Amino acid sequence: MSGVLVITEQFRGAWRPISWEALAAGQQLASQLGTKAGAAVLGSGIGTLAQELAGKQLDRVYTVDHELLATYTADAFTAAAEQLVRQMQPEYVLFPHTYQVRDFAPKLAARFQQALVSDATALAVRGGRVLFTRQLFQGKLNADVSCGGPPPWFASVQAGAFRADQVRPGSAAIEAVPVSLDPALIRTRAEEPFREAQRAVDLSSAERIVSVGRGIREKENLGIVEELAQALDAELAASRPICDNGWLPMERQVGSSGQTVAPKLYVAVGISGAIQHLVGMKGARTIVAINKDANAPIFEIADYGIAGDLFEIVPALTEAVKKAKG
Amino acid sequence: MKILVAIKQVPARDSQLRVQSSGRWIEQQDVSFEINEPDAYALEAGLQLSEKAGGEVVVLCAGPAGAAQTIREALAKGAHRAIHIEQDDLGALDPLAAAQLLAAAVRTEAPDLILTGLQSDDAGYGQTGVVLAELLGLPHATIIMQAEQSGSGIRVKRELEDGWFQHIEMPLPALLTIQSGISRLRYATLMGIKKARTKEIRRVTASDLGVTPAPVLSIERIYAPEKSKQTQMLEGAAGEVAAKLVEKLKFEARVL
Repeated sequence: MSGVLVITEQFRGAWRPISWEALAAGQQLASQLGTKAGAAVLGSGIGTLAQELAGKQLDRVYTVDHELLATYTADAFTAAAEQLVRQMQPEYVLFPHTYQVRDFAPKLAARFQQALVSDATALAVRGGRVLFTRQLFQGKLNADVSCGGPPPWFASVQAGAFRADQVRPGSAAIEAVPVSLDPALIRTRAEEPFREAQRAVDLSSAERIVSVGRGIREKENLGIVEELAQALDAELAASRPICDNGWLPMERQVGSSGQTVAPKLYVAVGISGAIQHLVGMKGARTIVAINKDANAPIFEIADYGIAGDLFEIVPALTEAVKKAKG
Repeated sequence: MKILVAIKQVPARDSQLRVQSSGRWIEQQDVSFEINEPDAYALEAGLQLSEKAGGEVVVLCAGPAGAAQTIREALAKGAHRAIHIEQDDLGALDPLAAAQLLAAAVRTEAPDLILTGLQSDDAGYGQTGVVLAELLGLPHATIIMQAEQSGSGIRVKRELEDGWFQHIEMPLPALLTIQSGISRLRYATLMGIKKARTKEIRRVTASDLGVTPAPVLSIERIYAPEKSKQTQMLEGAAGEVAAKLVEKLKFEARVL
């Protein structure tokens, strides 16, 4: 029996890369607890994926292969995962924190009279107990959370919190876990996933990005940010609220529901730094933050911060950049 | 169609937060509160659906006495009536306990559709809605961009990651968690504010509902996050900080 079970995620037959981060977290947790980690993959026709998992340092790789798992539904995935967990009896069940996990893992945990420690950014074992760190108040504060009641305990790890390149290689046996699923238990009818318009703007290859958030207040104020972007020879981007309002097209959105970027320079203007935004840009080499609230989480990850009125600072910065470039 | 919208009151977005001496939650006295933003979009979706399909919108809110203000605002926007579960220590409840509390109140209403925001801006577990559906034995879908009645059920557009979407249909009753920012929020009209004063708010307690919320997760300690980077804060008048920053970007970070 594995003390830690990592439930990985695939989408249309390909890994969600964050699965490897969850696997790294699972290996770390298992070694700190002095137990072993196993990993499971759920779906239909997942043999190749399981082979890849079998090359990692794991106690066992579990495949839950069923035709009713070909397309994701909360009902089928919860039922399958419930049967898996009841058979394997792990102490801890770890997930990558994806939209799919958010859709079914809380339901799964509730079936064990548990709640999911969602979106954990770190874990530590102290006195035999596991403390998960997660963010509160949109990242303004952290909390150390422990699980009570009888196991299994459930947690999901945030994108970027653990490193995929730290997954330890090894060799594990593959075990098919039989589950019985009844089509009648699936109450939702899921259609094929689709993509809306193809992206015309590829922010991921931009060298410099100026990104704007709700601190800009009005669409009419965007001009000053556009001028700064122009002066810096940068692409213009935005946090979600700006695109939701239709002030900039969706294809310019950076964050978990938009693009992930890693430019040399990222200037965040009026962006407080909600985690959904940070996961999309924290890989930038140099981050500048301009925000009126000196306690905004964006300053946690900024290299250079200016706490003040963007309506004064941004035009001044544009001028200074132009001057420097001659 | 009877629609129930579960809302939560949370500290206003730009609040300065102080950690309580217990180290387990924030000081509530010096904070102003507002409706959890994703819940405002759930309310908007509920009002729009009821305008098309008829029926009533019932607001459900668990929180301290002060949450009545947020409930009144929801009524002023057009919700028909409200249930206020008076509960002081929301910070001590995990999503399981919160959902147990809400489920007991929902059972007395038997709505056709339950809506709530995809997550709260305070604890941010993002799972109370899903657990509520599980406790009530209802189908659900999360992170919903659009919802429309379809025959005897509902058809929704769900957001997946990385620019993918999916349509899902399910029978009613069902529960949806609504994505933030999907529509334009209405303002309360003067007439709406007047009317809200006469609308019913049913106040109940956990013991009235016959539940003892039983959290399994506990917050051991809350604290300001440690900086992952050394941030240089630049100070001075606008022109001055702009010049300093350009200097640093050019010669220190060398990105200009």
